[in-house]
Order: sequence, then C-alpha cells, then structure tokens
Amino acid sequence: MAGPTGHTETQQHPIRLYLVAWGWLFVLSACSYLVDYFGLVGYLRWSLILMFMALKAGLIVAIFMHMAWERLAFSYAILLPPLLLLIFLGIMVSESNYTLFTRLAFFGAGP
Amino acid sequence: MNDTAMKEALPATAHTETAPSTGWHGIVADWSSDQRAFKNVSWGKAMMWVFLLSDTFVFACFLLSYMTVRMSTVVPWPNPSEVFALTIAGHHLPLILIAIMTFVLISSSGTMAMAVNFGYRRDRRKTAALMLATALLGASFVGMQAFEWSKLIAEGVRPWENPWGAAQFGSSFFMITGFHGTHVTIGVIFLVIIARKVWRGDYDHARRGFFTSRKGHYEAVEIMGLYWHFVDLVWVFIFALFYLW
Repeated sequence: MAGPTGHTETQQHPIRLYLVAWGWLFVLSACSYLVDYFGLVGYLRWSLILMFMALKAGLIVAIFMHMAWERLAFSYAILLPPLLLLIFLGIMVSESNYTLFTRLAFFGAGP
Repeated sequence: MNDTAMKEALPATAHTETAPSTGWHGIVADWSSDQRAFKNVSWGKAMMWVFLLSDTFVFACFLLSYMTVRMSTVVPWPNPSEVFALTIAGHHLPLILIAIMTFVLISSSGTMAMAVNFGYRRDRRKTAALMLATALLGASFVGMQAFEWSKLIAEGVRPWENPWGAAQFGSSFFMITGFHGTHVTIGVIFLVIIARKVWRGDYDHARRGFFTSRKGHYEAVEIMGLYWHFVDLVWVFIFALFYLW
C-alpha cells in the first residue's frame, strides 16, 4: 500500500535545531521584557521592541513552522501578501493624524 | 476511498517532475508547470497556511484599529507597564504576568515543535506526551489570561471606560486579547483531539477519521503545529505592540 511512508519530503530535522531556536526565543523575550523593566523610552524603546519582535517572528516562522525549507513558490505565496498590510498601515497613520487634527482644531480638547 | 484517492492526496508524482526550486526561475517554473503550483506541499498543509494567512489579516485589522484609536485620541493612553504590574513577595514588578505568559506560550511552541519531530520519527508515545504538555501550557496561558481579565474588570476597566485614561484602552484590550485567547482555547481542544489519535496509533494503522473518513498520517501533527505556532506568533506581535509600546 502506498502509505504516507512513501512521502520522503517530510520535515525531518535534528532536535538540537529546535532547542537552539527555543533558547533564542527565550533570550529575545527576556530582552524585550528588559526593555520595559529598565523603562527605556523614545526611539530606542520602539526600535528595540520592533527588532526583538521581528527576530522572534522570523525564528518561529522559519524554524518552528518550517518555512525555511519550503519551496520558494510556496513561501512567497504565503509571505508576500502580508506586506500589503504596510499600505493599510500607512493609510491608517494618515487617517489618525487627520482625526487628531480635527479633534484638536474643532473640539479644543488639547493643549 | 481507495489507494488511488490516497495517492492523489500525497504528492507522489511530484518528485519526478520537480523543477529547480531556487530563485525566480524555480518560482516561475513551479507556477507555470500547468500542474499543481505547490510541488511538495500537501493540500492539507497548504490549506492550513492559507487559513493562517487570512487569520493574519484579521489580527492585523485589530492591531491597526488599536493603533488608529491610540494615535488619534486626545486623552493620554494608560501606561500598560503599570496597568499590568503585580506585587509579588513585596516586589513591585512591571508587566510581570504578561512576561510569564509570554514564556509559557514560547515553551508550548517548543514542545509542539518537538512533538512534530517525534511524530515524523513515528514515536507515538513521545509525540502524544509532548502534545499534551503543549495543551497543558496552553491551558495555563488561558488561565493566566482569565486572571488578568478578572483583575482588570475588578479594577474598573470596561470596553467604554477605565480609571486611567483613554477609554479606547479597554475596547482594544478586550477585543485583541479576547480573540487571541479564543484561538488558544480552540488550539488546546484540537491538541487534545489529535494527541488522542496519536496515542491510539491512528496514524500508524492509517485508521480512518470520524468526519472525512480519510486515512490519517503524521502530517496531521505538523498541521496542528502550524496552527499552534501561529497562535504564538500572534502573541509576539500583541506583546510588542500592545503591552510594550
């Protein structure tokens, strides 16, 4: 019977790899917590938070979800569409700035 | 269902016709092959990824609306570092509960990744045990979230008001963490279901499933894992953008 055992391209990697990724996720999470613990503020805080976030997300998607070993036709089909969200992000930043402007200009709630 | 149908579900023929998989040439070759575009990905895995992609957009909408209300309010935003602080053994620790929840969820992702690995090694006892450990960690995450919700509700946080500042804090908080907690809960339920199947040896004996009556195999563990890692992935973004920002 042609069972699933004939399927040779299963995701088979050494356990050590997962443990290393796990360890790094712990370290990165600890780092992002320390950003808050030490009360860093401003651009330093925001850039550190975003950097640790991106590194953690990358580790999870690439190693744990095996995206690093998929064929490019597949990874690009999954990973490229979320980039459209950056456009959405841009639209909403401009929209919020406009809302804030109208609130300050016409309702006088601000300084 | 016969063996022909099973072969259809598995990319058995893909190997002979597999074009180079690297670079743009590989992508173009895969997509223009007049065959399946995803050569060595089974339909089950592809569909889970497509679902996760759509879920990405759902969570992105929540996080973007949170950004919009936070950027446009004229009332100061409550400081999450203080809101989620706890005093443990006389020490005032900022955001400590959220940090613990983060470590718990990352650990559950680690045990899930190992479960997938042992599944492909056909070690069903270790696979099931690791999946149950994952479910246990996930359940404790939901438990801590329930504690966090009760604490905030007791302190007077509502979707329409809170004692510290911008009213939108409550609505964003309950919507985002509530939707994520629901995902974790559903994940825990499915982890237990799949772990039971693994433990019983369903994937060793190709026992037919109750719903589709398809024969199961260990890839089900990996697909379950994709969902679970996604839940962890979303938490990475929530942790950074809602709690730390």
